[in-house]
Amino acid sequence: MMKDDNVGKILFGWTSFIRKFVLRVLRVGPIPSHIAVIMDGNRRYAKKKKLDEGAGHDAGAFALLCLLVNCYELGVKYLSAYAFSIDNFRRKPNEVQKIMDLLRESITLLTRIAKHLPVRVHFAGNLALLSADLRDAALRLMEATAGYSKFVFTICVCYTYSDEIIHAVQESCQEKCNHIQEIRGIDACGHQDENLIKLADIEKHMYMAIAPDPDILIRTGDEYRLSNYLLWQTSCTQLSSLSTLWPEFSIWHLVWVVLNFQLNNPYLEKKKMQL
Amino acid sequence: MDFKKETRMLYRWIARIGNLLLRLLWHLLHVIINLCHFTLGIANALESHLISWGILGRYKSLHVAKLRYLAIVVESEEAYQISNIIELLQWLAAVGIKYVCLYDREGILKKSKDFILEKLDGAILFKEAHENNVLLDQTHMTLEFASFSDGKETMAKAANVLFKKYLKSGATDKIQEEQIFTESQMAEALKTVGSGGPEPDLLLIYGPARCHLGFPAWRLRYTEIVHMGSLKSMKYGLLIKAIYRFTTVRQNYGS
Repeated sequence: MMKDDNVGKILFGWTSFIRKFVLRVLRVGPIPSHIAVIMDGNRRYAKKKKLDEGAGHDAGAFALLCLLVNCYELGVKYLSAYAFSIDNFRRKPNEVQKIMDLLRESITLLTRIAKHLPVRVHFAGNLALLSADLRDAALRLMEATAGYSKFVFTICVCYTYSDEIIHAVQESCQEKCNHIQEIRGIDACGHQDENLIKLADIEKHMYMAIAPDPDILIRTGDEYRLSNYLLWQTSCTQLSSLSTLWPEFSIWHLVWVVLNFQLNNPYLEKKKMQL
Repeated sequence: MDFKKETRMLYRWIARIGNLLLRLLWHLLHVIINLCHFTLGIANALESHLISWGILGRYKSLHVAKLRYLAIVVESEEAYQISNIIELLQWLAAVGIKYVCLYDREGILKKSKDFILEKLDGAILFKEAHENNVLLDQTHMTLEFASFSDGKETMAKAANVLFKKYLKSGATDKIQEEQIFTESQMAEALKTVGSGGPEPDLLLIYGPARCHLGFPAWRLRYTEIVHMGSLKSMKYGLLIKAIYRFTTVRQNYGS
C-alpha cells in the first residue's frame, strides 16, 4: 500500500513537471490573453462511460477546473466558459437541477480557491433567471473577488448572445433617456431625431464587457457552431472545433489549440488592427 | 567578491542556454504542427479527388433541401479573385443551392456585385427580390452581399430605431422595470435598417484561419461554421464534403 502511494506520488510529480515544462515552452511564443470554451459532450461522455448523466456534468466541471489551472500557469488572463445557456432550460428538469446544484458547488469551491489564487470570478448572463439563493451566492463571490485582476474567470450562465444584445440595447436606451431628461427636461424625451445610441454605448452594457474579445474560442464535441455564444465578440477570434468530448479535454488539447493560435496570430493581429 | 561575480556570470550563462533550449523546443513543436497540417492537407486533397471522381459512394447523392441558406466568408485580400468566386458560385448552383450570402470584411465583393451577377446566368440580388416582395426564385440563385458595416454598425442603427419607437410611445418609465424589447422586435428593427437577411444554415470560411471576420452576429446564432482553407486552393470535393456533413448534423438547440 505504501509502495503504491510512493509510486503514485512520483508519477504525479513527473506529470506535474512535464505539464509545467510544456507550458513554459509554449510561453516562448505569443500567449492568448482570453480563451473561451463551449463545453460540449458531457452527456455523450456519460453515455460512453455508462454513467449517470449527472456524472458527465461532474466530469465536465473537473475538466474546467483543470483548464483554469493550466490557463493560469500558461499566463492567460481571461477564461470564459459557457456553463448554461438560456436554451438549456428546455432540458429535463432533473438535468437542469443537477447543473444548478453543480453551479452551487462550484461557487463554494471557487470561493476556497480564491483564498489561494488571485482569481476574479464573474458571472455573465441574465442572472435574474437563477433562483434567488444561487443568484445571491454568485453575487457574493463576484463581490469577494472583485479586487483581483491577475486572472478573470467568467462563467456564462443563463446566457445567450440574443439576450445579451437586447439587454445591452435596453440599458443603452435607459441611459440615454435619463440623460435627455436631465439635460433637456422630461418633455424633451419624446422629440429626438438624432441617433443618440452609439456602438460604444451598446458595448459597455454587454454582459461580457469585463473581458476583451477572446483570442480563441474552443468548442468540443465535434460540433461546428457557436450556439448563440459570444457572437459579437468573436470577429477576430480563432474558432477551434475539437472532436474530443469536454470531460476528456486535457492539457494536450490546450497545447494543440495554443500552437495553432501562435501560427495564426500574425494574421489575426492584422485583422484586429484593421478594426 | 570575485567568486560572487563568477557565480552570477555562471547563472547568466545557464539562463541563456536554458532560454535557447526552450526556443529550440518551441521551434521543434512548430515544425511538428506544420508537419501535421501538411499531412492533413495531403489527406484532404486526396479525399477531395476521390469525392470529385465519385469513388466515395456516400457523397454521390446530396440532400440539399435541408440547406436553405448558405453564407460564404472570404478573406478580403482573396476576394479580389473574382474568377474563383464565380467558379465557387457555379459549383454551388450545380449542387442546387438557391440562396448564397457573400461576405468579406472590406466590401470588395459588394463593389463587384454587378460583375458577379452578370457572370452567373439569371442570378438575382436578394435586396431587389425582397423589396419587390418577390418570393425567393426557386429556379435561379439569389445572391446577397454583405460586409463589416452590416454587422455591429447596423446593430447600433437598429438600437436607435428601437429607442425612437420607445420615446414616441411615451412609455419611458417602463424601460427601467422589465425587459421590453423582444427578439422579434430586434429582428424587425434590423430589417428596417437593411439587415433583414435570413440566418444561414451553413457558413463556409475561405481564408487563412477559421474566423468569421465580423459576419453579422445576429444571423450566426445556430449556423454551422466550416473552414475551407484558402480560396486559391478551393476544391470541389471539399465543398461537397462540407455540405454532406451539414446534412447529417442534428441540432438540439440547447435542449
